[in-house]
Amino acid sequence: MTAEAEPEAGPAGAGGLSRRRRRQVSLGGQYGLFAAVVVLVAAFADWGKLRVNFANWDVAKSLFPDIITIGLRNTAVYTAVGFGIGLAGGLVVALMRLSSVPPYRWFATVYIEVFRGLPLLLIFIFVGVGVPLAFPGTNVPGGAAGQAGLALGLAATAYLAETIRAGIEAVPRGQMEAARSLGMSYPTAMRSIVIPQAFRIVIPPLTNQLVLLCKDSSLVLFLGITLEQRELTKFGRDLAGDEGNTTPIIVAGICYLLITIPLSLLARRLEARQREAR
Amino acid sequence: MTKPDKTKPDKTKLDSAPQDDVPVSAIDISGLRKAFGANEVLRGIDLRVGAGEVVCVIGPSGSGKSTLLRCVNLLEEPSAGTVRVAGAEITDPDVDIDAVRRRIGMVFQSFNLFPHLTAVGNVEIAQRKVLRRGRAEARRVALENLERVGLADKVGAYPAQLSGGQRQRVAIARALAMGPSVMLFDEPTSALDPELVGDVLGVMRGLAETGMTMLVVTHEMGFAREVADRVAFMDGGLVVEEGPPARVIDDPSHERTRTFLSRVLDPAAARVGEGE
Repeated sequence: MTAEAEPEAGPAGAGGLSRRRRRQVSLGGQYGLFAAVVVLVAAFADWGKLRVNFANWDVAKSLFPDIITIGLRNTAVYTAVGFGIGLAGGLVVALMRLSSVPPYRWFATVYIEVFRGLPLLLIFIFVGVGVPLAFPGTNVPGGAAGQAGLALGLAATAYLAETIRAGIEAVPRGQMEAARSLGMSYPTAMRSIVIPQAFRIVIPPLTNQLVLLCKDSSLVLFLGITLEQRELTKFGRDLAGDEGNTTPIIVAGICYLLITIPLSLLARRLEARQREAR
Repeated sequence: MTKPDKTKPDKTKLDSAPQDDVPVSAIDISGLRKAFGANEVLRGIDLRVGAGEVVCVIGPSGSGKSTLLRCVNLLEEPSAGTVRVAGAEITDPDVDIDAVRRRIGMVFQSFNLFPHLTAVGNVEIAQRKVLRRGRAEARRVALENLERVGLADKVGAYPAQLSGGQRQRVAIARALAMGPSVMLFDEPTSALDPELVGDVLGVMRGLAETGMTMLVVTHEMGFAREVADRVAFMDGGLVVEEGPPARVIDDPSHERTRTFLSRVLDPAAARVGEGE
């Protein structure tokens, strides 16, 4: 089975250890090492300082309710706007990518490659600095939510386009043929037969994209935003600075997990349900 | 998993097809050729199906039967030749292919039901999106046709909850709900368990009795012999012989037809023969 299982070693080989025995030794060693690391870390940590610095109850209490009503709320809003733009844009780009019209395909390919290849931070800076410079006097509508949503949406469009395209291609060809043979035009067949099935297929990956987008919304702190527009990361960072304490960062982290863990669980459940339905 | 159906669809009285002025020749194929790259699958097919006629196409796999059928509603684009369906030359680039397809029902070997819709949803959707029927009318026509194929009790079931035979009957109802003047069947029973074949053939027999024009690719010789007005035997992309079932199936004049039929009708004997 393993590389050691050479023929000349025989059943209870040269080392005198059977395969089961060797496995036991290896596992035991791993557990022992793990326990030693945990004990060492616990012994050397200064628990008192850690508690004051990372889990300071008074600091934590002072964060509420603003961390929810401003931080969590803005994170949710930026993510939702970005995801909405990404979903609509992604569907359009995916359909262009699958189009029989070559220029559409070229545009879609270039768009996807460009926006997948750029760091999201660069896109944020571009939206925050580049757009006002390039079009003086214009502002992205919707203020910070519009800007953050646009930056997230531009990137999400590229990722979601690839996901949606894969979903459309995963719908069996016979579905399109059956729809067309009933007299549906190509757009009608796409809209009422293929796309609904494609979305069902890609709901789990879409949910994962939503989780990624939620975390990426933290980049909004490079846009230059007002106090009221702060999302979780900026909020946590500002207050950690003010208080000279790490607790706000921890609380902000917990708030992210409040969004992302349920979403991941949802994605997993949807995936399981889909597997059942087949 | 699925219980066998007790319904006897062939006993139900079917409505007749829409009374359009169907020309004498419902399907008229002439000089049809189709090549996939260098592979010429159809090499000049001439075949006519009169209004109200049932024509079965038989032949070994790879003989081009399915491609022929798919050319009749342009799921495959012919390389040469003409296909006229209900008077419209569908090979003409100016023809509205969606309008022509509305009048041609197609039933696939693999059913191709829409898995995200219930049985009744499958039958309704094209009526709503293509014929622009209202919700109530589409529902009424859908229920009528599901009853016609003996599935009145499966209206709300999703395809995944139906047996193969039931799925294929939903597919037939879906095609019939559009009021086609011609029905194409592409090996409709080949993907079914043997005990479910009878239900589907029963529905098709009932449909033939109402005077529906049908072009059927099949391996069911019993069905062809009993229901078909004419049988066409295809091999190597050509119609080798064509005529009434009594002649083509029971007294074929070509050697290739005889060889094929002896294999289909008596597989065990043929296998022994091949083994020598």
